[in-house]
Amino acid sequence: MKPSRAKLFKGLNLTAFSLVMVFLYIPILILIVYSFNDSRIISGWQGFTLKYYAQLFSNPTIGEAFRNTMLIAGLSTLISTSLGIMAALGLENKRFKARGGLLALIYTPLVIPDILMGVSLALLFNFTRVNTGMVTVLIAHVTFCISYTVIVIQSRLEGFDYSLVEAAADLGARPHYIFWRIKFPLMLPGIIAAALLAFTLSIDDFIITFFTSGRGFDTLPIYVEGTIRRGTITTINALSTLMIGFTLFLVVITKRIRKILISAL
Amino acid sequence: MEDIILQNISKDFGAFRAVNEVNLTIKSGELFSFLGPSGCGKTTLLRMIAGFETPSEGSIYLGNQDISDLPPYKREVNTIFQNYSLFPHMNLFDNVAFGLKIKKRPKAEIKDRVQEMLKLVKMEDQAAKHPDQISGGQKQRIAIARALINNPRVLLLDEPLAALDLKLRQHMLIELMDIHDAVGITFIYVTHDQGEAMSISDRLAVMNQGRVVQEGPPDDIYERPSSIFSAYFIGETNLITGDVHKVYDDYLELHCPDGTGKILVLDSSFHKPVAEQSRITLSLRPEKIAISRHKPRHQDDINMLKGQIEDILYLGSHTQYIVRVGKLKFRVFSQHKRVYFDDKALDWEDDVWLFWHDTDTWLIEDNPFEVLADAELDDSGNLKRYVKRSKI
Repeated sequence: MKPSRAKLFKGLNLTAFSLVMVFLYIPILILIVYSFNDSRIISGWQGFTLKYYAQLFSNPTIGEAFRNTMLIAGLSTLISTSLGIMAALGLENKRFKARGGLLALIYTPLVIPDILMGVSLALLFNFTRVNTGMVTVLIAHVTFCISYTVIVIQSRLEGFDYSLVEAAADLGARPHYIFWRIKFPLMLPGIIAAALLAFTLSIDDFIITFFTSGRGFDTLPIYVEGTIRRGTITTINALSTLMIGFTLFLVVITKRIRKILISAL
Repeated sequence: MEDIILQNISKDFGAFRAVNEVNLTIKSGELFSFLGPSGCGKTTLLRMIAGFETPSEGSIYLGNQDISDLPPYKREVNTIFQNYSLFPHMNLFDNVAFGLKIKKRPKAEIKDRVQEMLKLVKMEDQAAKHPDQISGGQKQRIAIARALINNPRVLLLDEPLAALDLKLRQHMLIELMDIHDAVGITFIYVTHDQGEAMSISDRLAVMNQGRVVQEGPPDDIYERPSSIFSAYFIGETNLITGDVHKVYDDYLELHCPDGTGKILVLDSSFHKPVAEQSRITLSLRPEKIAISRHKPRHQDDINMLKGQIEDILYLGSHTQYIVRVGKLKFRVFSQHKRVYFDDKALDWEDDVWLFWHDTDTWLIEDNPFEVLADAELDDSGNLKRYVKRSKI
């Protein structure tokens, strides 16, 4: 390749990279900046303010939506991760005949559009005359999270070196001990990844929650959508900034959690 | 005293019989090897002793105790795995301490014992490292320390050196022997490498197709192979098939098929009665044969054959000649202890005399289970071609 062409490709690479970065992060940056901008509409910089953050914390509706979101995210993470661990362990045996079929059934929701899942769940709750609210949202969230938790934990188990189990048994460890001292610690990175994924999926789910929450049980995404529809975007900017901060915090502490959990076992 | 007794052990995986009626007694403190090509059942046999597989038939005794149905964690036997299987989430200290922690020994005792074991394998200053921070040879040492800390009665080693490079393998082999001497327990060593098995073992069992073909000390198996398989699997050999011409009191006279020469076989090598006119096979190791351009004067035309050099492989410490004698091809190793100008002058197409002592040939018994995996026999029953297994 001629040097000029190499240069051209290098330039193209750099451009593509910059474009991706711009489209990914500029909107977020704008959002963060505007959450501190003393203006009711998206316009030029009007001066620094924290009043939207103050509004955010004094608004009882937002507070409730936040609590609902955290409750649903926490519970659905706990339930879907536990079920994910059990499903992955249950489907470990490759000689189990129904393994392929069951895995396919578990993975299918990954490719089903959210709206379809939302509508079908809404239909189900309507059909069974279950009152929509917290419980139905929780069921819906566990339903879509479980596909992800199983796939993450199961892929981690796929590469598991079973000679470690034999080595532990050989050294005198009973099955129970082997599970907690060898297998579980080595599954842990997968379990934590699965839990994080479930948590973030649950926190920002709008479509499925929209169809299964009914009136009177709002999560943050539902609240945000409602507020933007009414045109007040300022507190939403502040809220979004906090959520970004929280997500970054989660990413940072994940590694630490893993280490602490492993040393605790 | 016997440590491990394998009594009529067979193991079936579905329709496949991996181990077939194996009977072995391994003495206390012995370094015993299972040697055979891949798929011969040696690893399955080892896994049954460890408790990872249960025999389909037969019993395994550890001392007087029948351990056939005990789970691995109840057996006083520990294993070195081929890929070491160190626990990746623990540092080396915790890896070695694993067995004692299960037994809930006091912390101080664990610390002392781990130090002692790490010292035995020369890794005492690396206890805080993790398995992914050390080399293959070091992993091997930690695996040994981890297995020995439980004071097992028997240590099982499953191709422990297969993953190491040649130099390190030779070095670890000597170290394994030193460790065996230091701890004094029974070692059972599984390998497909005949060199490893020969140099390390007190005794070994040659296995093929799930059966023990021959067992005994290495020199015994090398010098007195009981079958074509063990003759070929351990070292190289020349097979001579011929008709028994006459049986005397203490020797028999064999005539080579194409009349090229007479071979005398001494009494010590025919361990069963041989009838006149019957066809027998002899093994003659390549290094036992002398090669010269001059006809030896003192041989009385016995135990000597005239042939032509077909190939010469110079190998530094020795030269390997392929010599054609009639329809047969002979492999001859000539040591370069001293360089004789006569030897050096041997060249392709040269006519040479091969000769040997009458105690150098060994009569191979018929073995009904024998399969010549890599050998082909020609019409008159001679070995036509033999492809040496490549060593990994």
